[in-house]
Amino acid sequence: MDVGPAHPLEILDPTSEREPGDRPLAPRDGPPHTIALLDIHKPRGVVFLDELEVLLRERGHAVLRTGKPTFTKPAPHDLRRDIAARCDAVIEALAD
Amino acid sequence: MELLALVKHDCPVCDQVLPALDAAGVRVLSQSDASETAEQARRLGLGTVPELDVDLEVSARFDPDAVPALLLLDGGAEADRVEGLQRDRLAAVAARAGVTLDLGDLPPMRPGCASRTRDPEVAARLLAQRARAGGRITSRMLTVGALEDPYEALYDRGLTDGLPVVPPTPERVAAMLEHTSRHPQDLVGVVAPYDGPATVEKVAVNAVMAGCPDEALPVVLAAVEAACDERFALHGLLATTHPAGPVVVVSGPYAQRIGMNAAGNVLGQGNRANLTIGRALQLVVRNVGGGRPGREDRAAHGQPGKVGLAFAERLDETAPWEGLAQARGVPDGETGVTLMALEAPRVIVDQIAREPEGLCASLALALESVATPRLRLAFDAMLLVGPEHGRVFREAGWSRERVQAELFERVKTPAGELVKGAAGVPEGLEPEWVTDPAMLVGKFAAPDRLLVAYAGGDAGLFSMVFGGWAAGEIGSAPVTVSVQPWM
Repeated sequence: MDVGPAHPLEILDPTSEREPGDRPLAPRDGPPHTIALLDIHKPRGVVFLDELEVLLRERGHAVLRTGKPTFTKPAPHDLRRDIAARCDAVIEALAD
Repeated sequence: MELLALVKHDCPVCDQVLPALDAAGVRVLSQSDASETAEQARRLGLGTVPELDVDLEVSARFDPDAVPALLLLDGGAEADRVEGLQRDRLAAVAARAGVTLDLGDLPPMRPGCASRTRDPEVAARLLAQRARAGGRITSRMLTVGALEDPYEALYDRGLTDGLPVVPPTPERVAAMLEHTSRHPQDLVGVVAPYDGPATVEKVAVNAVMAGCPDEALPVVLAAVEAACDERFALHGLLATTHPAGPVVVVSGPYAQRIGMNAAGNVLGQGNRANLTIGRALQLVVRNVGGGRPGREDRAAHGQPGKVGLAFAERLDETAPWEGLAQARGVPDGETGVTLMALEAPRVIVDQIAREPEGLCASLALALESVATPRLRLAFDAMLLVGPEHGRVFREAGWSRERVQAELFERVKTPAGELVKGAAGVPEGLEPEWVTDPAMLVGKFAAPDRLLVAYAGGDAGLFSMVFGGWAAGEIGSAPVTVSVQPWM
């Protein structure tokens, strides 16, 4: 049996070879004023968000109720931009 | 004009021609290593030891089938060549360069030996080198250390689905890329969840890892293209807590050419192409898209088919209908892939029905249970009709559309039995929606939301049902892609 010296094995990288970019947290200057409540449209998600809205308003936050068209797909870019422009934070009800 | 000869040390015909080439001062390159070449020169008593064709660079450029090969070059370009021992041709070609070869009493004709570039291992290496040099392969190289076990190393680097994978060497990937007409840097699709660009090359790397036969690449490419279609909603399918995964149905003659199984144990073990095509797609989702179980993939249970599930439709003389892909627009005679988000299959047993109406009534009972009988219009399904059930439809002359229409009508239940709280079950229709408890409520949104395919072994009065995931425009729709452009 030939037991010659072992050699390194060269293989091709199966990944996209992309490094994830840095995504730093948005700068915070005290508690958020306006909070978006994002309904992804799963059953009973709205129950949770209704409760949250009451609690947040009691604490003096402004609340923007919003939703994405379907839970099965990522939120559309326009919706994400709108939330970013109008709100200081977002809470998403994931459901299940 | 100048002459260049290619030889190797273990070729008896090279041994016969070399002394004449040496005597005439022809430049000779050997495909063998230094010691082999020196030994041959010593054995033949040559005045000049042949040069070495390092990395077979010259041999690969002129790519002879056989050695000895005598090349006549005009400014580096080939003007003529002789392969093997052809006494008169050798003399004539040499004469064009002003060289007289003394071929003495050599036989007039003797075939040479295979060029080393024709050794499978060498040919594979050269193909890979050419692919890299020509920009066909551009992936970063990863080095698995000499003391590492490649199978453990690939697992440890998070590049596998948990099962061992075939190490994607440049040689294996280059060989697979020969099986598509597409350029390896063509974009097949952008893969969720992190929008990784899947080039033909990247798909081939993952298909090699999955263990795909090389010739299955066009099918994997079509499956990846389908998965990246917006209608398929791969991002949501990956991220869902539901157990569904992508199921690949291959319909058409190419499935047979690559040896896919459409008959006995079609969904089971034993067939390489069936077992690896779906796996290749899932490895693309993991490695190119970045979707990993327990992280981006939030499935509560998953199911075994998420390792990869592909099968071929049985389109022989027993088939009651044309293929699923053909019914969805792929031209007859071509091959298509239909990709659908589905949970694990399970059997529907009916060993009694011999009439299509009764069989549909029986199948309808089982289709009620997709997800839960209480959920309506939210889930599609795929029915995989087995040959013994298919025979009932074929002999009765029922088309696929008629079966779909019949099942659509039969998979209905009175609203009163589906309302929340009925039979003590909290899940169900909102009571305010139910104005007439006797009103029949359909299971599927339309007849064609129940996809019907045909495959399986000759014996067994069974069909299989796969429940779908969130369906239609708000979820994932089946996508059919022709394999043809990728061949």
